[in-house]
Amino acid sequence: MSMSSLLILTLIGLFLSVRGFQAFQTQGLGFITKVDWTAGVDGGKDSFGLGAMIIGTLVISAIALVIGVPLSVLTALFLTFYAPERIKKALVTLVDLMASFPSILFGLWGFIVLMPMAEYWAKLIHKYVGWIPLFKMPSPAYTRSPFIAGVVLAIMIIPIVTSVSREIFGQTPLDRIQAAYALGATRWAMIKAVVLPFGASGVVGGAMLGLGRALGETVAVYSVLNIVFKVNFQVLYGFGGNIASMIVGKWGEASLSESKALLAAGFVLFVMTLLVNLLANFIVRRTVKTGK
Amino acid sequence: MMSTVNSNNEENNGEDMSITTPSTSSLSSVAANHASQRQPGNAPLGSGLEARGIHAWFGKHHALENVSLDFAAGTVTALIGPSGCGKSTFIRTLNRMHEFIPSAAMAGEVLLDGKDIYEAGTDVTKIRLQIGMVFQKPNPFPSMTIGQNVLSGLKLAQIKSPKNNDDLLEECLTRAGLWTEVKDRLDAHAGGLSGGQQQRLCIARSLAVNPKVLLMDEPCSALDPGSTLRIEDTIGQLAQTMTIIIVTHNMQQAARVSDYTAFFLSDGGPGQMIEVGPTNEMFSRPKDQRTENYVSGRFG
Repeated sequence: MSMSSLLILTLIGLFLSVRGFQAFQTQGLGFITKVDWTAGVDGGKDSFGLGAMIIGTLVISAIALVIGVPLSVLTALFLTFYAPERIKKALVTLVDLMASFPSILFGLWGFIVLMPMAEYWAKLIHKYVGWIPLFKMPSPAYTRSPFIAGVVLAIMIIPIVTSVSREIFGQTPLDRIQAAYALGATRWAMIKAVVLPFGASGVVGGAMLGLGRALGETVAVYSVLNIVFKVNFQVLYGFGGNIASMIVGKWGEASLSESKALLAAGFVLFVMTLLVNLLANFIVRRTVKTGK
Repeated sequence: MMSTVNSNNEENNGEDMSITTPSTSSLSSVAANHASQRQPGNAPLGSGLEARGIHAWFGKHHALENVSLDFAAGTVTALIGPSGCGKSTFIRTLNRMHEFIPSAAMAGEVLLDGKDIYEAGTDVTKIRLQIGMVFQKPNPFPSMTIGQNVLSGLKLAQIKSPKNNDDLLEECLTRAGLWTEVKDRLDAHAGGLSGGQQQRLCIARSLAVNPKVLLMDEPCSALDPGSTLRIEDTIGQLAQTMTIIIVTHNMQQAARVSDYTAFFLSDGGPGQMIEVGPTNEMFSRPKDQRTENYVSGRFG
């Protein structure tokens, strides 16, 4: 089972790198560092640089994590330590089930319900902390931005991060929990002293799994962002994009050389996702082993 | 005191009753020895702890039936009895740890200085500050250093000690008999200590919040004989200033450390408290035949 998935993974990696090889060859290191993406027309010169999209991918994913992980941790703590026994089992089953759903289902809900709200939040953020360069706003157009894409992504990763965190919190050794209570700790004090130190690396592992999903998210980002090849750190401002959505956006009308470059972009995403998942695996495994 | 006990019963320090079945006479001599050496506590003691008509249930299972026991201030009381007799359940009702087990229920009153700790509106975290607990398995917080572990109770309950932290640290570790072993590595993680040291660290941790009563639930059952003796020594010291209630499977231990002994038994139904009395009397001339059978090693 694991052998066959490894084989498929290797084949995909090989396919992407072989097909995209030409792009790496002609563009060199610039393929990763340059920020412009122009397909040469009528014998003109191609220039394919993925820099802006790599940064966009990281920025949007980071926003998703900053919003999604704290909410997930609080939800997991609620499920483990606060939810009434009667409904706990049902809630846990529900969350675990949600974690296995395709995240686009939550994304759809995010578009319809959350986006109008996120617009309002963006305005608030700009109003109160707009002096921070990160939240600068060159023009008052709040509907499409990396921030809103990040919010939608956050909703999409919350179930998986919650599920993993809950699993870890539930394994907190009972004798430590009792030790804290026996010393006169309130529930929250016990959680801070015992559960969070115990579960921290597990939460990081869960967040990495969420990040793996966020990195590859396509439709959600494509629907809320104008794909523009320019590095954008002003997260409330309306352009950006990530690699996955960029590939989908360009694929339809790509020339032969451009489609090779898109496959090469796919390879870059492949490597990024692989690294994140390996890291997650490593962290989660270390948690289970040391029990700390 | 420890040295005489040590030479008499060296092989009986472990917890496993199947290895040794001590005769009643040796137990009673140990108990009499302890009684003769025992100084009355001189602490600013309240009126101790009083359990009245305690029942406990796990779901529909009636685990403990109508137990009433008085624990006078400054005394050490041992709770003995075979496994499943409800003595651990009983001790956990005394600081409201019983209620953490899902489906657990109880009835009865536990009076601390005359006030019921189960009274509606009682702040249970304050109760547990006054009635500390040491568990069967040493359970220091592994993410904290030795020093942080000792002071963790102050942080967890968000209280301040009248003493400064360094003094408190030294005092608690000294009282728990651990100071000389760890004073040079207070910043080391607690996980590096031996089992016996960890258990004494847990005792020091309980002392830092200055409880009136200390509950010990088989505190030595996971420890080697040497560590067991160190802990028993510590119990003897602590009994000068607080009320101690200790659950033990080891009758030798009960004889060595306690002033009073209560015998618990379950005849298949809920556990009951069969008999309580001064420890040397319990081991030399118990009133109940079942107690006699148990302390003479005929069952259990």
